[in-house]
Amino acid sequence: MKIDEGFGWQHAFADYSTSSFMDVLQRQSPHLLPRLEATDAAVTQAPHGTTVLAMRYREGVIMAGDRQATAGFQVASRRMEKIFKSDDLSGIGIAGAAGPAMEMAKLFQTELEHYEKVEGDNLSLDGKANKLSQMVRMNLGAAMQGLAVVPIFAGYDDKASVGRLFKYDITGGRYEETDYDSQGSGSKDARDSLKKLWRRDLSREDALRVALEALIDAADEDVGTGGPDFVRGIFPTVKTISRSGFADVPDDEVRRVCEAIARERTESEQRL
Amino acid sequence: MPLPYYVSPEQMMKDKAEYARKGISRGRSIVALEYGEGILLVAENPSTLLHKISEIYDRIAFAGVGKYNEFENLRIAGIRHADVKGYSYSRGDVTAKALANAYSQALGNIFTQDIKPFEVEVLVAEVGDDNGAKSEIYHILYDGTIEDEKNYAAMGGQADEIRRFLKDHYQEGMALADSVQLGVRALNVTQNKSLSERDLEVAVLDRTKVRRKFRRLPAEALALLMGTAR
Repeated sequence: MKIDEGFGWQHAFADYSTSSFMDVLQRQSPHLLPRLEATDAAVTQAPHGTTVLAMRYREGVIMAGDRQATAGFQVASRRMEKIFKSDDLSGIGIAGAAGPAMEMAKLFQTELEHYEKVEGDNLSLDGKANKLSQMVRMNLGAAMQGLAVVPIFAGYDDKASVGRLFKYDITGGRYEETDYDSQGSGSKDARDSLKKLWRRDLSREDALRVALEALIDAADEDVGTGGPDFVRGIFPTVKTISRSGFADVPDDEVRRVCEAIARERTESEQRL
Repeated sequence: MPLPYYVSPEQMMKDKAEYARKGISRGRSIVALEYGEGILLVAENPSTLLHKISEIYDRIAFAGVGKYNEFENLRIAGIRHADVKGYSYSRGDVTAKALANAYSQALGNIFTQDIKPFEVEVLVAEVGDDNGAKSEIYHILYDGTIEDEKNYAAMGGQADEIRRFLKDHYQEGMALADSVQLGVRALNVTQNKSLSERDLEVAVLDRTKVRRKFRRLPAEALALLMGTAR
């Protein structure tokens, strides 16, 4: 450890990164840090996750994502999870190259838990969002070659008592959104939908409905995004983050809302 | 230049052991108890900010007695070991046994090679799962000696006395409230006053929790369990 050189006792102050898991990896096991050298073949063959979204509602934030991973013109997976719990009060939604994205989510989750255990306290929501910026930036080399990872980060800020959400660009740029945002290949369609449907202070039920409408719209317009699969029983993942923590919206509830949306859309088609 | 005095290895080890033991015996004690739904850790610790008990990983907890800066360093090293291992393999591959061995190696090396031994004892506890895996409690001494303890363990100032008390009073499959009361009574044995919830740091590895089993019991909850709530 370089830090140990110089005056013996001073390293206790210089080593302010003792609570960071990424810095532990960098020092002890750098080979475990995700580093990718992308080639053209990797870019076209690697599965990409498609649409995720996050929006504020009355109690906090709601996050949702479709379940499809796409490689070129093929469906790579129908059951991929894109929304991960990063700690009790925050979650990360991933879009872009699936492999590096899932690795990033895992590293981020370990980073937050590590900090919490070492310090005996949680990072602030801004601190978490900033840490994720650095991770996205670490992936810039691969991103420039086509394996970009662009997450959405959302959480409940227990100091300000509000739900907050952040979007990122491939260079690690971080932008806080006040209302809603979406990432991935179907994100434009999902955002268009949210633009019309989202309102301030939605209840949990209404927010769930709006999130699923947006994802279904994205699946309608974007070939990479998967809609609700009634045949196989695969439905989008939806999570809520509020004062009481990170919670799954049960599959049954998501299925019921998806069925209701499908029914209404069928009816309005038939009326025409 | 005067020649250094010759000290026989036996004498050196004896001196170091005595030094470490003296440091540890000045500190307050900790007990660990297996109860029906997990493992309970009770420490006499009036500070609510400087912890003696802490979480290492999903099923694993750490407790240390003796010199705070020394066991704090060991605790952080343990969290690093666990997190790196869990990150590179899977969460299920992080075990108390490997961690206890690492502590034993570290303390053994420090004891023989450094001028000053660590004045600490540490406990590594892992709660079993519902698929038949048993709970494990490892007790590591200042010189690297490692013991695996069944049902209960005690360390710190008057550990022998506490252990004798627990041997007579411990029962398997206790409810949480009963085990908290037993743990507090065990610590009281060595006191001339009875400890209140403000003097204690208590945490459990709770088998019924999802994933991260470690949970601290705040003073209010502790008072209810001790039956001293007003």
